[in-house]
Amino acid sequence: MRITLTVNGTEYSRIIEPRLLLIHLIRDELRLTGSHWGCDTSNCGACVLWLDETPVKSCTVLAAMADGRRVMTVEGLAAGTRLDPVQEGFARCHGLQCGFCTPGMMLTARWLLDHHPDPSEADIREALSGQVCRCTGYENIVRAVRWAADYEAAQDQADHS
Amino acid sequence: MNHDHFRQQAYGPAARKEDARFLRGKGTFVDDIALPGMLHGAMLRSPLAHARILSVDTAAAAAHPMVEAVITGDMLAERGLAWMPTLSADVQAVLATDKVRFQGQEVAFVVARDRYSARDALELISVDYEPLPVVMDAGLALDPAAPVIRDDLGNGRGNAIFDWSAGDKAATDAVFASADVVVSQELLYPRSHPAPLETCGAIADLDEITGRLTIWCTSQAPHAHRTMYAMMTGLPEHKIRVVSPDIGGGFGNKVPIYPGYLCAIVGSMMTGKPVKWVEDRSENLMSTSFARDYHMRGEIASTADGQILAVRAKVIADHGAFNGAAQPAKFPAGFFHIFTGSYDLKAAYCEVTGVYTNKAPGGVAYSCSFRVTEAVYLIERMVDRLAAELGSDPAELRMKNLLRPEQFPYTCPTGLEYDSGDYPRALRTALDLAGYDALRAEQAAGRQRGEYMGIGLSFFTEGVGAGPKHQMDILGLGLADGADLRIHPTGKAVLAVSCQTQGQGHETTFAQIVAAELGLSPDDVEVVHGDTDRTPFGLGTYGSRSTAVSGAAAAVVARKVRDRARLVAAAMLEVAADDLEWSGGAWRVKGDPEQARGIAEIAMAAHSGLDLGTGVEGHLDAITVYNPPNLTFPFGAYICVTDVDAGTGQVSVRRFIAVDDCGVRINPMIVAGQVHRGLADGIGIALMQNITFDAEGNCLGGSLMDYLLPTSVEVPSPELGATVTPSPHHPIGAKGIGESATVGSPAAVVNSVIDALAPFGVKHADMPLTPAAVWCAIQAVANTTKGVKAPDV
Ligand code: FES
Ligand code: FES
Repeated sequence: MRITLTVNGTEYSRIIEPRLLLIHLIRDELRLTGSHWGCDTSNCGACVLWLDETPVKSCTVLAAMADGRRVMTVEGLAAGTRLDPVQEGFARCHGLQCGFCTPGMMLTARWLLDHHPDPSEADIREALSGQVCRCTGYENIVRAVRWAADYEAAQDQADHS
Repeated sequence: MNHDHFRQQAYGPAARKEDARFLRGKGTFVDDIALPGMLHGAMLRSPLAHARILSVDTAAAAAHPMVEAVITGDMLAERGLAWMPTLSADVQAVLATDKVRFQGQEVAFVVARDRYSARDALELISVDYEPLPVVMDAGLALDPAAPVIRDDLGNGRGNAIFDWSAGDKAATDAVFASADVVVSQELLYPRSHPAPLETCGAIADLDEITGRLTIWCTSQAPHAHRTMYAMMTGLPEHKIRVVSPDIGGGFGNKVPIYPGYLCAIVGSMMTGKPVKWVEDRSENLMSTSFARDYHMRGEIASTADGQILAVRAKVIADHGAFNGAAQPAKFPAGFFHIFTGSYDLKAAYCEVTGVYTNKAPGGVAYSCSFRVTEAVYLIERMVDRLAAELGSDPAELRMKNLLRPEQFPYTCPTGLEYDSGDYPRALRTALDLAGYDALRAEQAAGRQRGEYMGIGLSFFTEGVGAGPKHQMDILGLGLADGADLRIHPTGKAVLAVSCQTQGQGHETTFAQIVAAELGLSPDDVEVVHGDTDRTPFGLGTYGSRSTAVSGAAAAVVARKVRDRARLVAAAMLEVAADDLEWSGGAWRVKGDPEQARGIAEIAMAAHSGLDLGTGVEGHLDAITVYNPPNLTFPFGAYICVTDVDAGTGQVSVRRFIAVDDCGVRINPMIVAGQVHRGLADGIGIALMQNITFDAEGNCLGGSLMDYLLPTSVEVPSPELGATVTPSPHHPIGAKGIGESATVGSPAAVVNSVIDALAPFGVKHADMPLTPAAVWCAIQAVANTTKGVKAPDV
């Protein structure tokens, strides 16, 4: 079957097997390898990307279901060379070690801050609780998201003053 | 400005160099690599834990239009590759020929043109099995009537692998015989799995024209792997290149060579094309190196007033179907003999018996520092059991028995020489951070209200950074590591090291080490690792070896560069080399410090036409191999505060206080990150993670639905403290830190839960302390003790 989708602002059209998983389309066909794969059971969140406006576990979504829709992956997070504040926060707070969970974590964090610009630590932990990090013990990921929230609040204030 | 000042400038919480690529999704993990014409492998695995193979029919799979090759054990046998050596000098089946010996064992390998077709073709292979009785219980494996799993060995030893002991049995028995108090306890350290987020995988590419084999692989030890591939395949070692690119966590899981890697190599030999094999999560959990599975009996002896005198331990170590433990050859139980812990003992003795069972092979993996994890758990649980028996406070009992600073270097009763320590200071720091007395008061008040809060301590000592070479080798390869440092004419440096990061930030930390020694900025030092063509030989990253061994190599090689630079600086300044001293990041004329040359100027001069004097080569580059004189001995004091719901058995971890002493800290931010990870591990291992099997040998922990990993909601914000006791023998005074918290924290969690349950009379429960396990522990003692009645249900 043929599908057409927009990934990080670029339109792609591909003939695919109906059973192809979205994560494999993104990684193997489109060669956007920033999204990862880490489990067989939708538990780890290494594959999280945005389908339209929502983070999804792309190992549990058929590529066919993305037909006509928009996808954002970690490769689309920065605005040109300017890192998203979430990316900046991860760098400043040592929010990543091996970097394998990082794309999925950052995409969920971006969604959280878009909807809850001032999350508590508990809110952040809750938002990330469907994803696994084996390296950081989560602490610095939580701090990274909070850093981004503070940064964005300060930017907002600067814009309005 | 002295040298220490300069070092302090380079050391510190510098942001990581490696982050830039990961933040943008531009890392290169094995599965991210796609080579032209690359094929995909998939592994057929045994559904049974023990069975004879009667036949393997691959005709239908081979006829699949997308399949390029199907490999069976018999085909490998023709090439002499059906069996491979393990890291413990046992052999392991690459693809089974005679029997399968655990569920998930490798039976056949399909090479196809895409991922999905390779999987499809697995369904077309039919294997006839004759089921055999299984041995799942390590305790029963030695029963003379037990089925022999490794009949291939024909050694008449049944399921026994090794017997190993340390310490003085007679002396220990004598101390026990005359002790006022003896407490004993059966302790299971259950089977666990490191489960890095990236599973294991490889791409093998044999160039038929040059005869060169390149293997991109999830490897923590690329050089050791290259040598092993040469020994296994008969290919000459100089024609083999192992590249370990970005690695998505390892924790010991990526130390061994797995059958899938070899099958990818054979697949490439057969098809003439690159072959990729990446396991799925179930394959990772069911077939790759597990950890622990130590069935222990601990005993502790003390005087009536709480002076600990001796410890004894008897252990059955379940190594699964093949002894694939990655550890120094002379230490089949790793460094378990550090079970004497952090205390001043008169005597200690331990015996470990290794056995085969029908479980996945391995024995050591998962940030255990070669079995120190099991040792720390044993001694720290025993100290708490003793405290309960004596009615003493566990913190006071520890303080009373800890080794004192003036006792270092200290040789423990089983022969390890602890290099340095100030244990009471670390414990006091942790107690202060926790507000220990207030916590105890809160606990007492809570108990009046039927609230069960636990306060658990653990004080650990690790021995990490193996060798020395003469004592420690793996398959004859001594545990040492190389470093190669090149200084370009403009003073920029490239450090190549033999260890391999899996997230620990070597590109940053090692640049800081070199920068500190040479008066450079860390930004001027590029760190190369993971590629055997570009790095010197060495044994790799596991057992917290990187900073302890490769970090030392980096400092030593930088000092060699400095020594070479001195000769050039002497020529530049027209003085004798002896008239120069290194200070403030430059060679300076003694008594005239303004006359100075830094490394960058010296490097340019070294390559210039300047007359450098006889015998002085025109470059600053240097190479070294660091063979550690001893292990380094990091230590720490951990306190875990839990709240236990006695009605449901649910444990929640409220606080985790961790004071670590890993000697000099090069990058405290990275050190803290390592500790954060290990504390989460401790919570996972103590409360959730478990690889178990049913009576038929079916693995019950084969997916992340069953093998539960801690998430952000189970792990609290840790509270860290630090003390710094430099290692006297390490060139920069550092000790390993990568595994400290994984090693030290499970005992603190369990001690905390048992402390919470003390009013019920619970003395012990084995990990993982799931709600069911905790609830059962309460119920089990409810009617047999005079403690608090268990809540009604
Ligand atoms: S790969 Fe694990 S949740 Fe998608
Ligand atoms: S940084 Fe390695 S899994 Fe999160």
